[in-house]
Amino acid sequence: MSTVIVVTSGKGGVGKTTTSAAFATALALRGHSTVVVDFDVGLRNLDLIMGCERRVVYDFINVINEEGNLNQALIKDKRVENLYILPASQTRDKSALTQVGVTRVMEALKERFEYIVCDSPAGIEHGAQMAMYFADVALIVTNPEVSSVRDSDRIIGMLASKTLRAEQSLDPVKEHLIISRYVPGRVNKGDMLSADDVQDILAIPLLGVVPESDAVLKASNEGVPVTFQEDSDAGQAYHDITARFVGEDRPQRFIQEQKGFFSRLFHHP
Amino acid sequence: MSHKDTPPTQTAFNLKGSMLTIMVLQLHETNLAVISEQLRSKVAQAPGLFENTPLILDLSHLSDGQASLDWQALLDLFQAQGFLPIAYSGGSLHWRSQIQDLSLPWFNSPVQANKNATPTHIPAKIVQQPVRSGQQLVAEGDLIILSMVSPGAEVLAGGNIHVYGPLHGRALAGINGDEHARIFCQKLEAELVSVSGQYQIRDELDESWFGKAAQVYLEQDNLKIQSFGV
Ligand SMILES: Nc1ncnc2c1ncn2[C@@H]1O[C@H](COP(=O)(O)OP(=O)(O)O)[C@@H](O)[C@H]1O
Ligand SMILES: [Mg+2]
Repeated sequence: MSTVIVVTSGKGGVGKTTTSAAFATALALRGHSTVVVDFDVGLRNLDLIMGCERRVVYDFINVINEEGNLNQALIKDKRVENLYILPASQTRDKSALTQVGVTRVMEALKERFEYIVCDSPAGIEHGAQMAMYFADVALIVTNPEVSSVRDSDRIIGMLASKTLRAEQSLDPVKEHLIISRYVPGRVNKGDMLSADDVQDILAIPLLGVVPESDAVLKASNEGVPVTFQEDSDAGQAYHDITARFVGEDRPQRFIQEQKGFFSRLFHHP
Repeated sequence: MSHKDTPPTQTAFNLKGSMLTIMVLQLHETNLAVISEQLRSKVAQAPGLFENTPLILDLSHLSDGQASLDWQALLDLFQAQGFLPIAYSGGSLHWRSQIQDLSLPWFNSPVQANKNATPTHIPAKIVQQPVRSGQQLVAEGDLIILSMVSPGAEVLAGGNIHVYGPLHGRALAGINGDEHARIFCQKLEAELVSVSGQYQIRDELDESWFGKAAQVYLEQDNLKIQSFGV
């Protein structure tokens, strides 16, 4: 049995690609056979984050167009067993993601992998819809600010109508919330929505909070998913998220309780 | 596909008697400028609501003494606001003779305002899932939402609207003119509330109601917000 996971958000720049890379890596480190697929055709950068950009020969679109086969396009990660990357094409646009082609590739991936992590492009148009279409599970990545939450809400609505599961009236896509780039200090000052605020608005279960972290920038510059920085806060956050995803109990370490009325009253910035 | 490919047994269509609710506009005035002005402000109250709405023009409230008008210009005016005039009804011979050579049919059946008609029960529409940003839900009768209405979502009903979660988006009750329709919600945070075309945007709402359980209804053409308790 394989599980298709879409990492989606609506808004761009919230941490979908960072999350796709870190989460897929953490799954593979736990021994699950995993592939991470870049649906951001035309703006591919998953391969950069995964540090395999120089090894791309064939890509997702080549496989869709039968210009190359899946084995030629899948890149085996050099650091972790069981982890593969299917890169997007940089020279095409999202219309190259045909329904028939994507269906064929997803069927082939399901034969081979336990987890298929789909890194969605931003927006609500065709590319984002193709990324979510086959999903069994969705990781909704949101930043603690109003416009990001609004876009995520829109995406959650689409998961309930524009997916294969919705069309065939199967069990709905399982939704998990990831709040990324969280800064508890700014939440306390009232500059940022709290995790509770975000959950109130979106009303889906929280899988985890990823703190704003310099480790992420370092990771993406080096092409090493932040999962490998085991002593960094963001790295630990992604390990926790992955552990919860597979059913382990982990306390939420990065929310930090919102301060009560009195401490807020006496808080000097 | 050619004609001979079609199996002869296949029924090409069914004729069915049906009861439709269609919006009726009773004309009281024949001055185009006045009609135009009032129509514009009505539509502005609920932009998009009347997009492609079929409309019957009821002439029975016009008296023979009123000035005549350019009927084609009248139709154009409605179309420009998104309505689809589909027929005339009622009216004296005087008025009927004027519309005879126009494109729309006229029918005799006296159009009755809803309140006089035999009430037909329209079952409520019940929605379990949250109504998310960008979604629009329309119910002919009552609309009952067991979850929340997100910011950027819009719910519309011919009858009442009940929201058992927070109401963040837009809620429009009585969209076919029912002035007795109400909006009930457990947590009022709405971007817009409207009953029978009378609306208030968030900035106009009394802030003291935000976050509270409340009902919204019309009292002498004014929107009122009240708690549920008596
Ligand atoms: N937890 C984080 N802390 C700091 N920066 C982050 C974090 N997550 C993502 N970023 C940065 O935000 C930017 C957008 O991230 P990315 O994963 O590419 O978003 P998306 O795929 O949603 O467009 C990148 O520069 C990335 O390094
Ligand atoms: Mg991305």
